[in-house]
Amino acid sequence: MPSLKDLRNRIASVKATQKITKAMQMVAAAKLRRAQEAAEAARPYAERMGAVLANLAVAFEGRDDAPKLMSGTGNDQVHLLVVATAERGLCGGFNTNIAKLAREKARSLLKQGKTVKIICVGKKGYDALKRELGQHIIKTIDLRSVKHIGFNDAAEIGREVLSMYDDGEFDICTLFYSTFKSVIAQEPTAQQLIPAHFEAGSSDEGLGANAVYEYEPEETEILADLLPRNISVQIFRALLENAASEQGARMSAMDNATRNAGEMIDKLTINYNRQRQAQITTELIEIISGAEAL
Amino acid sequence: MAELFQFELVSPERQLLSEQVAEVVVPGAEGEFGVLKNHAPFISTILPGILKVRGEAGGWDEYFVRGGFADVAAGGLTVLAEQAVPVGEISREQLDKAIQDAQEDVADAKDDASRQKAEMTLAQLKDVVEALKKA
Repeated sequence: MPSLKDLRNRIASVKATQKITKAMQMVAAAKLRRAQEAAEAARPYAERMGAVLANLAVAFEGRDDAPKLMSGTGNDQVHLLVVATAERGLCGGFNTNIAKLAREKARSLLKQGKTVKIICVGKKGYDALKRELGQHIIKTIDLRSVKHIGFNDAAEIGREVLSMYDDGEFDICTLFYSTFKSVIAQEPTAQQLIPAHFEAGSSDEGLGANAVYEYEPEETEILADLLPRNISVQIFRALLENAASEQGARMSAMDNATRNAGEMIDKLTINYNRQRQAQITTELIEIISGAEAL
Repeated sequence: MAELFQFELVSPERQLLSEQVAEVVVPGAEGEFGVLKNHAPFISTILPGILKVRGEAGGWDEYFVRGGFADVAAGGLTVLAEQAVPVGEISREQLDKAIQDAQEDVADAKDDASRQKAEMTLAQLKDVVEALKKA
């Protein structure tokens, strides 16, 4: 049985922890709003880019001179996995879920005898993957010093991936990140970046207009210009989604932690009061029986 | 009075402009082109340069844009630019950074075609920066 002093100390320490988790929750809530705004502000660009590319892609369907970024290398031997996670922990299952998805994918690829290369964006993903897949990780990109993710950060990663592709270091590139559904739901997602896939459905309305579109310079050149850009845009979008998801996950994790701490404090307080009561009773009995003995 | 059409200027980070305008002049890859209402559907990549917008009132607003493309559709004009800054807000450092990037592109170019392209971008960028510094 812990003594009264022990209980008092424990209550004090749990209260201190609760203050921290509460503060973290509020910080996460504020950051979440900003991250969400950033993600929303970036949406029009990505959408327009997708629409135009889908239009162009239709024109190139099945043609031999389609750019390599779209048609692929014709191989699927070497896979590059870009795993985007957070730089910090204490955000529930956020990092674990992304790492788990990536790990499963890597495992199944390795089982099929494929070569796997991994680029980790964010420290936590590296921590989670290094034990099992350490020898496959070719690079980690640290965004710790970056406060607000700008397009340049994403473009940097995009350039990296593209130069590897140009050098023929991989055939298929998949990006792992977490889609922001809501504050309590974030879904780990795998998206194939190279060769690029376009949803045919999105170009339906544009199809009529497509026939009379004029291109300057040629379609091929525009496509060659846009596809690399699109990689950066997709990475940028993924990073923003990730940032929002991370804050959402942290917010709900910290909300849970705060509630748990509250419950713990209640329990400890009840325990403390009972013990104090018991002690008083014992003391009273001692006094009374002492007085009676006289 | 010129007829108005919808114009959107979007950078990856935010939507800078979305309004009814009378005329836009875009620094296209094969020369500047102006867009008025009912322009034929048209897609062009853009070079670094000054994008000019004439609003309803008639005054010209200028934006520095770099890397991206312009999409003229029935609904209006959309310019997607990797970087888009109102000319008044642009800083010397940003311009220097852009030039430095372009120079790196030239150095990195693997074949003649891409080197030529990168050099063209660099030259264009230098012209624009010169013009801006004078202004």
